[in-house]
Amino acid sequence: MKTYQADEKGYYGEFGGAFIPEMLYPNTEELRQNYLQIMADPSFQEEFHQLLKDYVGRPTPLYFANRLSEKYKTKIYLKREDLCHTGAHKVNNTIGQILMAKKLGKNRIIAETGAGQHGVATATVCALMGIECIVYMGEIDIARQAPNVARMKMLGAEVRPALSGSRTLKDATNEAIRDWINNPVNTHYIIGSVVGPHPYPDMVARFQSVISEEIKWQLREKEGRENPDYVVACVGGGSNAAGTYYHFLDNEDVGIIAVEAAGKGIHSGESAATSALGQVGIIHGSKTLLMQTQDGQITEPYSISAGLDYPGVGPMHANLYRSGRGEFISVTDDEAMTAGLLVSQLEGIIPAIETSHAFAIFDHRKFGPDDVVVINLSGRGDKDLQTYIDYFKL
Amino acid sequence: MNRIQQKLKEDKKILSIYFTAGYPDLEDTVPIITALEQAGVDMIEIGLPFSDPLADGPTIQASSTAALRNGMRTDILFKQLKDVRKEVSIPLVIMGYFNPVLQYGVEAFCKKCEEIGIDGIILPDLPLDVYQEEYEAIFKAHGLLNIFLITPQTSDARIRQIDRGSNGFIYMVSSASTTGAKTGFGEEQNDYFKRIADMDLQNPQIVGFGISNAATFQQATSNAKGAIIGSAFIKMLSEKGTKGINSFVESIKTKI
Repeated sequence: MKTYQADEKGYYGEFGGAFIPEMLYPNTEELRQNYLQIMADPSFQEEFHQLLKDYVGRPTPLYFANRLSEKYKTKIYLKREDLCHTGAHKVNNTIGQILMAKKLGKNRIIAETGAGQHGVATATVCALMGIECIVYMGEIDIARQAPNVARMKMLGAEVRPALSGSRTLKDATNEAIRDWINNPVNTHYIIGSVVGPHPYPDMVARFQSVISEEIKWQLREKEGRENPDYVVACVGGGSNAAGTYYHFLDNEDVGIIAVEAAGKGIHSGESAATSALGQVGIIHGSKTLLMQTQDGQITEPYSISAGLDYPGVGPMHANLYRSGRGEFISVTDDEAMTAGLLVSQLEGIIPAIETSHAFAIFDHRKFGPDDVVVINLSGRGDKDLQTYIDYFKL
Repeated sequence: MNRIQQKLKEDKKILSIYFTAGYPDLEDTVPIITALEQAGVDMIEIGLPFSDPLADGPTIQASSTAALRNGMRTDILFKQLKDVRKEVSIPLVIMGYFNPVLQYGVEAFCKKCEEIGIDGIILPDLPLDVYQEEYEAIFKAHGLLNIFLITPQTSDARIRQIDRGSNGFIYMVSSASTTGAKTGFGEEQNDYFKRIADMDLQNPQIVGFGISNAATFQQATSNAKGAIIGSAFIKMLSEKGTKGINSFVESIKTKI
């Protein structure tokens, strides 16, 4: 059977793999050899699910969005990842990886962060477990995401500025990888998305797959069937999307829709629509689609949403795009902001700007009146209030 | 026989110097190469700058960023090197990251290297298995040696595997670090150098990372065939420019 899951070498079609310098080989090899076995261990599963339930607040509701459905004349369900502890789906992965790190005997955690959501989710689980935590963050992002920097510090993490290159997310990721090269024995690197060398994309997707696992039984309760007609998620690196699609990947009756950030327009020169603008290449140890010059230098993306401005995309998504299994749509800053305001006023939910991109799908695409469309509401908008205020002059 | 293989047969310790092409100035590439040969260096690694050099510390990162800002590109580097073999005869290696090579086209890249007279390529993020499955035949057809890295964490079994897959030398990274991160070697490095020497590998080893002066050069080469200096050379270039090359190389070769 054709599968859209990773093979044992971490390839999704032609994408994925582990293109890493030898200095990282022992680290990733240790993880590769152990991750599936550790995840299959009943005691690991028990602790993981207990924490997801009691600490994160899972299962998150699958909510039928009545007024939104009326407006767009289709059946819209929202998967409420915004209600997770720390305000987004990111924590599903950090809980999983901190338990993984403990099983591997690691006593030092590093992470990268862009907007600060993954940094906060990592600092949170490190506080929970009493493990040292260092978060790399681009110097520019530190300046524009001050509240999340404060949260990480309050949680006891050290925030180290990435001063190289463009001083944003991709450089924070480079710095975290360099830290791992310099600390190969005691340190675990918690990557925040389905990116990086094998086994990260597969491991992170598995931890996030709790989202689609819950969608299945929740939809059975509400609609009498497990499979929606469409699952929709925004894609930057692609972790919330990977979790939303996971259990539907190989069921072609379920349409997969990915919404990317077009920024000021795909051809404006200020965009993060990787599938439209990217070429096959290597970024952070993975073969995937990425935004780059003709010469193979990685370029800086732009989006109003700090969580979507990654120059690459996870290899799972590159394969969904290339194979045609996924439908990729890109949405501008303006369309996303308008959709975010609309959802706030129709449903009483202020979404993260990342998630607002997913909601803009309805201006791009029609659905039938009986179609069941599940949108992953990946995060809440509290962190983005200032951006919304500035944009709408509230 | 490839120039690298020939050089390795000589009864001497090899001094190899790495520099980033296009730094300090775009047109410095060939002047640096000729000055290094005249100063008595045995082999040169020409760094193809990359926007995201994962395995490099701040010095080489900064030189790469500056080189790209100076306008360095793969095709410009090849143009600069077009007639380099009229001027120098020591082995020349291109070191870079895989993505720029992939975008140029691996076959086209290797073909250009052969035309110019490049002898080997080091791409730290092109893993052994992918190289062997997809690219080895291309490299070989163009007479290029592909150089692999090992580190203190590399298992003996993998070192043997890399040794079997190599046909020039093994690039022995001195410690678990990015480039330019450490200065000086301790007991740990000495043990590692001895351990590798005792493995009696078919390919000679050249040590890189952490070598910055005569003392570290001699320490690194007491058990290995040679050593590579990168960050320390680039630091010197940023302070003194190309006119500092002769005295830098002399200082490394001073017996202590």
